[in-house]
Amino acid sequence: MATSTEELRDWIKTRKYEAGFVTDLESDTLPPGLDEEIIRFISAKKNEPEWLLEWRLNAYKVWQDRHEPQWAHLQIPDIDYKAISYYSAPKSMADMPKSLDEVDPKLLETYEKLGIPLEEQKRLAGVAMDYVFDSVSVHTTFREKLADAGVVFCSISEAVQTHPELVRKYLGTVVPARDNFFAGLNSAVFTDGSFVYIPKGVKCPMELSTYFRINEMNTGQFERTLIIADEGSEVSYLEGCTAPQRDENQLHAAVVELIALDNAKIKYSTVQNWYPGDEDGRGGIYNFVTKRGDCRGRNSHIAWTQVETGSAITWKYPSCVLRGDNSIGEFYSVAVTNNHQQADTGTKMIHLGRNTRSTIVSKGIAAGQSDQSYRGLVRVSPKAEGARNHTQCDSLLIGPKCGAHTFPYSEVRHPSAILEHEATTSRIGEDQLFYCRSRGMSEEDAVSMIVNGFCKDVFRELPMEFAVEAGKLLAVSLEGAVG
Amino acid sequence: MLEIKNLHASVDDKAILNGIDLTIGAGEVHAVMGPNGSGKSTLGGVLSGRPGYTITDGSVTFNGQDLLDMEPEERAVAGLFLGFQYPVEIPGVSNAYFMKAAVNAWRAARGEPEIDAMGFLSDIRKAMEAMELPTDMIHRGVNEGFSGGEKKRNEIVQMLLLKPALAILDETDSGLDIDALKLVSQGINALRSAERSFVLITHYQRLLDYVKPDHVHVLAGGRIVRSGDEELARELEARGYGWVTGEAA
Repeated sequence: MATSTEELRDWIKTRKYEAGFVTDLESDTLPPGLDEEIIRFISAKKNEPEWLLEWRLNAYKVWQDRHEPQWAHLQIPDIDYKAISYYSAPKSMADMPKSLDEVDPKLLETYEKLGIPLEEQKRLAGVAMDYVFDSVSVHTTFREKLADAGVVFCSISEAVQTHPELVRKYLGTVVPARDNFFAGLNSAVFTDGSFVYIPKGVKCPMELSTYFRINEMNTGQFERTLIIADEGSEVSYLEGCTAPQRDENQLHAAVVELIALDNAKIKYSTVQNWYPGDEDGRGGIYNFVTKRGDCRGRNSHIAWTQVETGSAITWKYPSCVLRGDNSIGEFYSVAVTNNHQQADTGTKMIHLGRNTRSTIVSKGIAAGQSDQSYRGLVRVSPKAEGARNHTQCDSLLIGPKCGAHTFPYSEVRHPSAILEHEATTSRIGEDQLFYCRSRGMSEEDAVSMIVNGFCKDVFRELPMEFAVEAGKLLAVSLEGAVG
Repeated sequence: MLEIKNLHASVDDKAILNGIDLTIGAGEVHAVMGPNGSGKSTLGGVLSGRPGYTITDGSVTFNGQDLLDMEPEERAVAGLFLGFQYPVEIPGVSNAYFMKAAVNAWRAARGEPEIDAMGFLSDIRKAMEAMELPTDMIHRGVNEGFSGGEKKRNEIVQMLLLKPALAILDETDSGLDIDALKLVSQGINALRSAERSFVLITHYQRLLDYVKPDHVHVLAGGRIVRSGDEELARELEARGYGWVTGEAA
């Protein structure tokens, strides 16, 4: 009788990436290479003001003196940054589309293949979409409704033109160019991304959502997202990703900056499903992202929720700087790795203000020959009286060849701090699988069910639409479907 | 319904079952008794397809199908239910969700549409009430934090929902207090019918005071060494297993 572990491995091996296709679309792409001229070209192409060009050039200088971080538990192949093309725009974008009718039908086709038809999304749940195709935003919906509420939701290129004072005031204040190698590179060459400003006292009337999609061969993606929640405002932002299947490795080095002023709340949710490479570890996206939220005001609140299933290599630590007194930071994460995927992910909670609280819930699932690490830092500064942290860090292993590691760091410089850390590592038991199968469920369904149960604490933090998507990603409908 | 012929099975090259012959007709209740290590649980495991056993000889047909050739989930939806000696915890998956998935798998195999949510909720509530389990347990993780007795009763809840053609209950009675034993017995008796058969794997005779078996078999050394009616169970209780196992040797 075959052991079910073997059968399980076979099943995992054959779980193919379903969004693997490439849209044929002529691009206005720069030749590979990086120097000051390239940066001037990007800035000119985007009609940027002088200060932003200077900001980019300064970042480029800083970046040249820096090296890739070596401390992560990752094996990263050498990346030739001169072999990357730093700008690409779909040609049909030369004239901005005024409505859906003007959008390249191939783009729409792509979204439909992804299961996110625009019309459907428009109808459903009132979610506004800011699609990013390669590096240029092609369409934004619901702009008027948001405008009525005073909410600014547009591409960051557009914001540079329409709200330069806001961009200049906040850009790089959470993640400066010198922060790390990838943030420096992003600051020099970022091409587009999203910009959100929620005015004082406004609760954003809908969830804001961006779908990213990487398309051109050898085109690095350098998205820059900036979200500002002014005093007493609230916003929930959704980011979902998927990419076409190909053999070239693709670098993605995004920067996301969140700023919450007094009494403001930002909830940032991600479902990341980029191409992870094939069964033998060929291809796949490198995802080196710097995401950080600054709880700048009193009683401010930033929550990160992420479901990470894609990418060949993930280096990602959505973090919170708890600067304002009584501010709250939260991090809920599900990371799934399979085949040869590697992920080093986690969070940093930097307690600076008094009575600041943070919660970390990390669920890692490793299968195949993948390797994943949770890396988390909780720092309590000398002035952070009454700081509290609770960390829950669980790993689930599927099969004998994968690895899971936990690297928790604590730096506590105030005696009143209370930190709790719980960690578990377990395997999907053959007895659990057999129990489900003896009730008539297929092994595949059983695995999905067990994994979904394991992730429940994180999934319930997701907005409903995303919870559904996350459940789909783990191939099973969600908890609570009954009654 | 079930025909076991000359069944031999081993675990890690160690022979556990050494030629079981047993025929179970529709509507019959068979008790399989025997001392520890006699192969009782192995028999239940082999019939339900638990991984880890090697079948070295013999055959099993279930309603005309070659049972040993079927995956565990195929055996289940063909109408075979195993009540676990040690029910498994599945954290984060609610009891209701789990049982609904099971019910729908059985319905799909019969070509029926999925059960409607309200109908299912009403069924599971009734079954929980019959087993005197608090109804909030339907929203708790499968067996998560349940006491030993609650887990066993939760197995009977599943049996009541699935209404199997053949239920194999592996020491469902052990670890139950007398009240719980009565409840479990009531659950079994409620399902007894001319079309439905039971195999009760048990150490003790006391379950058989509440569920009257048609046949009693004593297993020792991986063989059935004695078969009889409920009188046999009473004699075993009075005289111990040595009485029959010694006789067999």
